[in-house]
Parts: sequence; structure tokens; C-alpha cells
Amino acid sequence: MTYEPPVTDYDYIVENCTCAFCGCNCDDLDYLVKDNHVVAVRHACRLGASKIMEDMDQRLLVPMVRDENGELKEVDWDTALDKAAEYIANSIRPVFYGWSETSTECMKEGVALGEYIGAVLDNQATICHGPSLQAVQNAGYPIQTLGEVQNRADMIVYSGSNAMNSHPRHMARYAVFCRGYFRQRGRFDRTVVTMDPKFSDTAKCSDKWIGFEQNGDYGFYNAIRAVLRGKELYQDVISGIPKEDIYELAEEMKNAEFGVLFFGLGLTHTLSKQRNIDIAIKMVQDLNRYSKWGLTPMRGHFNVNGFNIFMAFECGFAFGVDYCRGYPRYMMGETNTIDLLVRKEPDCFMVIAADPGAHFPNGANQHLANIPVIQIDIHWGPSTELADVVLPGSFIGVECAGTSYRMDGVPIYMKKAIDKPETCRDDEWIVRELKERVMKLREEPNVAPKYVPNPNAL
Amino acid sequence: MEYILKNGIVYDPANEINGEKMDVMFKDGLIVDNVSADAEVLDVTDKIVMPAGVDPHAHVAGPKLVVGRLYRPEDSRRGVTQKTKVLRSESGFSIPSCPATGYRYSRLGYGTVVEAAMPPLEAKHTHEEIATIPQLDIPAMPLFGNNWFVMEYAKDNNIEDIAAFVAAWLKISKGYGIKIVNPCGSEAWGWGMNVHGVNDKAPYFDVTSKEVIVALAKANEMLNLPHSIHIHPNDLGHPGNVPTTIETMDAVKGIKKGKGAAEVRDQVMHLTHLQFHSYLGNSWKDVTSGAEEVAKHFNKADNLTCDIGQVTFDETTTMTADAPMEYDLFKLSGLKWTNKDIECETAAGIIPCIYSKRSPVSTLQWAIGLELFLLIEDPWRVCLTTDHPNAGPFTRYPRIISWLMSNEKRQDMCDNEVHKWVHKRTLLPTLEREYDFYDIATITRAAPAKIYGFTDRGALTPGYRADIAVYDINPNDIDPSKQADEIEKGFNVADYTIKDGQILVKDKEIVKVKESQNIWVNVKGWEQNEQKVIDNIMPFFTQYYSVKWENYPVHDHYVSNPIRVDVDGK
Repeated sequence: MTYEPPVTDYDYIVENCTCAFCGCNCDDLDYLVKDNHVVAVRHACRLGASKIMEDMDQRLLVPMVRDENGELKEVDWDTALDKAAEYIANSIRPVFYGWSETSTECMKEGVALGEYIGAVLDNQATICHGPSLQAVQNAGYPIQTLGEVQNRADMIVYSGSNAMNSHPRHMARYAVFCRGYFRQRGRFDRTVVTMDPKFSDTAKCSDKWIGFEQNGDYGFYNAIRAVLRGKELYQDVISGIPKEDIYELAEEMKNAEFGVLFFGLGLTHTLSKQRNIDIAIKMVQDLNRYSKWGLTPMRGHFNVNGFNIFMAFECGFAFGVDYCRGYPRYMMGETNTIDLLVRKEPDCFMVIAADPGAHFPNGANQHLANIPVIQIDIHWGPSTELADVVLPGSFIGVECAGTSYRMDGVPIYMKKAIDKPETCRDDEWIVRELKERVMKLREEPNVAPKYVPNPNAL
Repeated sequence: MEYILKNGIVYDPANEINGEKMDVMFKDGLIVDNVSADAEVLDVTDKIVMPAGVDPHAHVAGPKLVVGRLYRPEDSRRGVTQKTKVLRSESGFSIPSCPATGYRYSRLGYGTVVEAAMPPLEAKHTHEEIATIPQLDIPAMPLFGNNWFVMEYAKDNNIEDIAAFVAAWLKISKGYGIKIVNPCGSEAWGWGMNVHGVNDKAPYFDVTSKEVIVALAKANEMLNLPHSIHIHPNDLGHPGNVPTTIETMDAVKGIKKGKGAAEVRDQVMHLTHLQFHSYLGNSWKDVTSGAEEVAKHFNKADNLTCDIGQVTFDETTTMTADAPMEYDLFKLSGLKWTNKDIECETAAGIIPCIYSKRSPVSTLQWAIGLELFLLIEDPWRVCLTTDHPNAGPFTRYPRIISWLMSNEKRQDMCDNEVHKWVHKRTLLPTLEREYDFYDIATITRAAPAKIYGFTDRGALTPGYRADIAVYDINPNDIDPSKQADEIEKGFNVADYTIKDGQILVKDKEIVKVKESQNIWVNVKGWEQNEQKVIDNIMPFFTQYYSVKWENYPVHDHYVSNPIRVDVDGK
């Protein structure tokens, strides 16, 4: 990194903006604005700052529709919205995927549309923390807000998460280096342990690195649980870790005053998937017999948790919600986007604030190439190449306001700092327009003719 | 629009109308005493007409509800219902989705529901959910009992600053009153501990639960808040908690009610889900009902009101800001346990719970709830709740009504359905009192409205909101003590539910959907004190909260259509 002199050439500062990058949702950013453009960002990490400042990089500015030659052609908003509405209204198995980088206000319009026509609504949890949610449904969810970690925690464990790279301010602002009310010396008052097969940047600044074998997570946590429950370990080495170290670690965890386990995709996506999280949750529950412990999944996008929370209060399920029968249905492996695509079920796909083109497995993307895809996004990406209609949205937290939920469930109102490009529209507006146009095209909603009470609900 | 509900049999305890055959008229959303000849006539001949229900304590919106839904898809699955042209789809049994919550309350004939626990830090979330629930008016009660600032002020007995803090935080969180949950205990849970009894101190803060209760009660009266302090005492659900409950009751002895806005209510403390606080004994082995002792004490202290938290024998989801208690439950049942600690403010716990008729403990809890209902003499001081969803879902209210109205039904259950502990460890089989319709109208409408200081609902007084429920029961043609099942059926779905003069339920079907409104209290006259307190705590806030001050309050964006109750605090 070369030295960059501070930016002095700006018109005004907008304070206390919220970062629209990772699940930390840092709400202390100051934007330096010149000519309706953010020229510098104070307090943000490099990930957040570059996303906010480089917002015009590969920016989608004009609505586009793919013509018969397969070329995306710039069109006016009416044409693009009508085309998209036509695709949705004519479909019988539409999937609306994404939502994690937009506001809950926009999701509200999306769920109204989805319920009206009987779509599947799903978000990035299906490819990231879905296993965590599965485990939560199996084992429980002992969490705490990040301020609680800051003020009380004296032992921090990162497992399968390289916070230093993925959530750069997590350690500084919430968990490790910050001074807390009961941890006045900050870093010196905390023990930091990184559990990861890789000697990551987070491991480098930890007190302890537990480099268990790849796919050894389940065995390792199982061993800790056994020790916590007073059992003896028979093998000398478990998941690549000598048993003496496991005894020592278990003892240390028991003696912490307030411990927190942060886990990332390194834990959700190794061999045992949701079972890893399952056993980690149970370990935390066991630890509470001796001291106080909690955990928090390191959510990636700034509002991926928001979608799960939003859907849970709208319909009772967190993600992968299928409305085709007129009521919400959720079944892992059945109503999730990847499974649907691989089975070639969907006949229309709307992607909002996500990039399946870059992240989905090949088999899923192959089907996307064959069906109409509507993209609502601010940047060009591989999904644009798959899209038949492109609707340029605006940047939540910079160009328009909206609500997001931090990884620990704290809601934050992300305010608007600058105006959006003239030709773009707010995500919320776009989805509302689509909803209204679809309702005109398909006057009969996907509903029961009459209210039939569910005897189980009474 | 003008309407006239014709020939109904009216129960309106606030106006001392007990089963009179009369007409109820309303116009432009309000009850009136006469209408023109053009008024639309709704024929409700020989049907029960009551003010719409007021639920004084339920958990319907907020962060812990959402975690409950998120981690219990099995519960959501249980209540799915298809969308219709009028209604959105529903889901959930004990923790229904937001639309389902509104519809189901509306079908029961309810119009107002108090969300009983709102952590100020996540108040935005609660208000987002309130906005998603249709059909109801929903005040929310912010949690103060484990707030660090409150504990610090209480330690110094600095009532004035507590009052200013509360006034400010009601504005910030758009809340209605002071909720206290396991005072000092949820803070102790920050270190995996709990407090036991009212004289136990919170670790570090060096203040007892009793000091916090008294300080908040005094601040409440100083501010003239319409509701009194609303307390969930220490030691919930622990055998032998009766002394704690009684000491909590005694703590507010001698505290005078505030003048002005508080005139409408009689109490200085509302004890919630008293059933969970009436256990004698030392362990679950020798636990017995403490209802008689608690009720005796309660009857004597006329500055108290309560709701019950009646167990209904269902598989439900317990959720409370009393997080250490939820961990105790986890140690007992081993079911999936959720915890949610909120920095500097509170904590919460959630765990599924199966109340079974075959279980001795469930039976005991069920019996204690009914004993309290029957032993507390004045129906104006007791409200019908299940502490939804803790002791059972609110959809069971009609069943509880049928139990209260029929001794025969209760005796039959004691003898044939529930565990034999009911005979050995409770008084229930010996209690013969039966509620009548007037009493039922009191405990579900008039009393909760009075306790909350509502001056616009809970009665059919001209000028009040036209919140009315009509049930297809003919009181002259039914014997509630013998026809318990018909009573339950009759109260299960209202014939009409009218909210603010709009007919939401007609012929037992929802015909109209209305947006919810939040009710919040705006204390006037304390602005300078509020600013002083905020200035004082700002250095702490900046350093130890994980959000910026600017992002802490509930912005107007989240409460688009509130009912603001202005209170003269001076």
C-alpha cells in the first residue's frame, strides 16, 4: 500500500452513513462529497470504501432488453418494465433470487409480487449461511449483539472465518481491539483464538491458532464437547490436534468470563456442512454451564440477515420460500434456488442485487441461460450476460435510503447521501412498478377462491 | 358512514351495562348516541355485543419473535393457510407470521394488543413488524429493568434523571410505558448468572432489584404515564418464588399515583403472568400451588393489577427477556435453546415448550392460573392473557373463557383429563366460582383498557373509538356452566369485528384489511431534563454502544401512522 494524501477537495461531508458491504454494517462512515460523487470515505475499511467510491465502475445506467439477435439493447424504462412484467406474468414457476444487497422496503414490494403470482423467493443464504440456518433450526441460536461482545467478551474465537480479510473492521470495531466497558484495555483484555486449517491473516494476529485438518471441524468440536462433558479422549490426535491441546483449550473456554464464537463459510461449507454448525452451537450451549458463551454467524452481505429476518416475519420462513400453492412452503433441497434450477423447474428468473452468474454452479447457470432472466442491479456482472432484461437500480446507503439488519440482527436505517444517476431508479420503485404491471397483465392472483381455515392452526 | 348495531345484548362493564338488549351506534369511526335514519342497520339480534378486545400482554412483534419463527419452521408449517383475494397467506401456530397475527386477533374480536417487550436498540425492528401486522392498534413496551443507565441512576436514587431518561427513551423508541423484566437478573445473565429475590444485587452495578423497581415506579408516577410500571418479577417459574412475588408487590407500598394523566387507572404496578410467579416448595419434586397465598396478598393490596399467563396445554414457544430462566428451562428440557443478549439494555431467551395434560408440572401450572382467576376477587384487577406465546397462543382465549365460565368443565378435566397433581397440590377442584359474561367482558376489555389508561377504547362510550366485537352467542339461550364447548366455539370467531368504525370481520369472515397503528406516549414538559440526561450519557453511548446515536432512534419512517398520546409530565 502506498501512501495516499488525505482528500481535501470536497464540497461537504455527510456523517454517520452506513456501509453497504459486509454484515458489519458499520454506521460511522463519513462521506466526502464533491459534485454529487463520494470522493473519499472516512472510517471505512478498504472493501467498504472502494465499493462506495468506485460506484460508477461498470455501472449499469440504462435499462436494456435483449433483442432477437441476442444483443442487449438500450431502451426506455417503460419498454424494459413492460417486457420484464410480461416475462413474469407469463411464467408458471418464477423464482425471485437475491435481495441481500437491497433494503427491506424493496423486499416488501418483492414479497407482495411473489405472493400475488406464486413465486419462489430466495436469497444468498441458500449458497452461504443456509447450513447455519438449518443448524439453528435443529439446535438453537445463542447469540448476542456486537456491542455486548465489545463490552464484555474476554475470549473471541473465529472459526472458518478470516475476519481480517472478509470483515476488516469486525475485529477493530466490535470484537478484538476495541475498548469495552468491562474490557478497558481492549486487545490486551481478550484472548483471541482462530480455528482454521489455513494460517490466515486473522490467525496471524490471534493468541492461538488451531489448525485442524481440512474437514476436521466436526471431529474437533465433538472432542471439545466430550471434554466439556467430562469424558476422556482415547485418540492421541483428533482432527490433527493433539489431545493435550484440546484439554487445554476446553479448560480455557470454560474459564472465560464471556466468550463468543464467530463462524464463517469455512465452517458451513466443509464436509459435514450444517452438522458442523450444529455441533458448534451445542458446544456453546454446553459452555454456558460453566460461563457465558454465545456465537454469531459472520454474515457476508450487509442485508443477507435482513432478508431472513424480513421473510420470517412476513411468512414464517427464513429463505427458500415457495408461494406456488398460495401459502408459504419451505423445504431444504426442494424450494431452494439451486435445487430448482438444477431440476430445470423455473421458467422465469428475477435476480435482484445478486450475481448468480458468478456464484452459482454450472448446472444451475446452464438453465438460467435457457430461461428469461431479469436483472435488477447497479453493476455489470456475469449475470448481466445471462439477463434478458436489465433494470439499473440505485445504491442503498449512498444513493437511496433503506433498512438493513446487521449480522447480529440490529436494524439500521441507511441514509441517502447523494443523488442517484438520473437514468437509474430506486430498487423499491422498480419492484413496485413490476408488481403493478404484472397485476395488470394477470388480473387473477394465485389464490384460493375462499378462506379455508387450517384446523392445525386452531 | 353511519351504522347501527341493532338488538344486540350488550356487555360494557365500563358503563355498567350488563346484558341489556340495546342498539350500539357509530359514525365516522366513533361511537355516538344517535344516528340519522340513513344509518346502515346491522342486525345482531340476541347476539353478544362487547367493546373489541384489549390484550394487555402478548409478544407479537420484535426481534425475539422473528428468531422464534426463523428457528421453528415446524411451528410455521403447522398453521399455513392459503392467500385469498382479501387476505395474505398465513403461517404459524404459536408464533404466527405478522399477517396471521393480525387476522387471528381480528377473528377473535380484538382491536388492541400490547407488545410486551421491546429492546430500544432494536425498536426499529419491532416497529417494522407492527407495520406488517394488520387490523390492530399496537403499543409497545420498551424494556427498562436492566438498562445500565437506569441501574446507575437507581443506585444513586436519582429519580428525576430516571424520569427524564424514560421520557426521552419513550420518544426515541416510540414506546408506551415502562416494562421491567427480571430486574437485575437479565443483566446478571450477561455473566451467565441470575439474581434470586428482590434483594439480590446485579453484579458490578451494585443495585438490587427492589431499588430498580421502586425507582422506576416513582419515575413512572412523576411522569404521569398512562400505564403503571409493568413488571415481570424475579424468579419466574422457580418453585418457591412466592416470597419474591409478594416482596415485589410490597415494594411499591406507599408510592402515590401521579396526578393528571394517570387518573384513569387505579394501580401503581401491573404484575404480568402472575401464574408463573405463584409456586411454593423447594424443587420441582415438592412444588405446590402458591396461588392462594399470592391471591390473598393481591386482594388486599389495591394498588396492584395483574394478568395471568394461563397455560393452555399446547406445544408452544416460550420467549422472554428473562434469559437466565430460559437457560434453566433448557437444562430441564434439552430442547433447542436460543438466547439473544442486547448490549447495555436487556437479554432474551427462547425455547419450545410442550405443556401436556399428562405432565404433573404442566397440570400444576394450568391449575395455578385458573386458581388465580377464581381467587382474585375483583375482575377489574385481573386480565385474561396467556402471555402469548409463553403459556399458549392467544387463539386459545375462547377456551380459557369456557373454563372460567364452567365449573363443570373444570371438574371434568380435573377428574378425567389432567394429571393427579391437580388434586394433591392445588385448590382448583374445590373452587366453584364461575365467571359470567359481564366478568368476561371486564377481564378481556374494560380492565386492560383501564389499566393501560386508554381513554378511547375498551368501552362503548360515545366519543370512544368504534372498536366493537359481536359474538354469535345468545346469553339468554345458553348455560355456560353446562355448554362449555359452545362458549368456546362462540368466542372463537366473532360475527363482527369493528375497528375504528370499519367492519373488518363480517359473518365470521375477514372482509377488510386495515393497516395497524402504533400507540406511543409523548411526555411533555421534560424536554430540558431529557436533553441534560442525553448530554450526560453521550460520552458513554459513543464509546460503548455499537451504533451511532444518529442511528439509534426510531425514525418517523417506521411509524408512518401513529396514535400519539400526549401526557403532561409536570
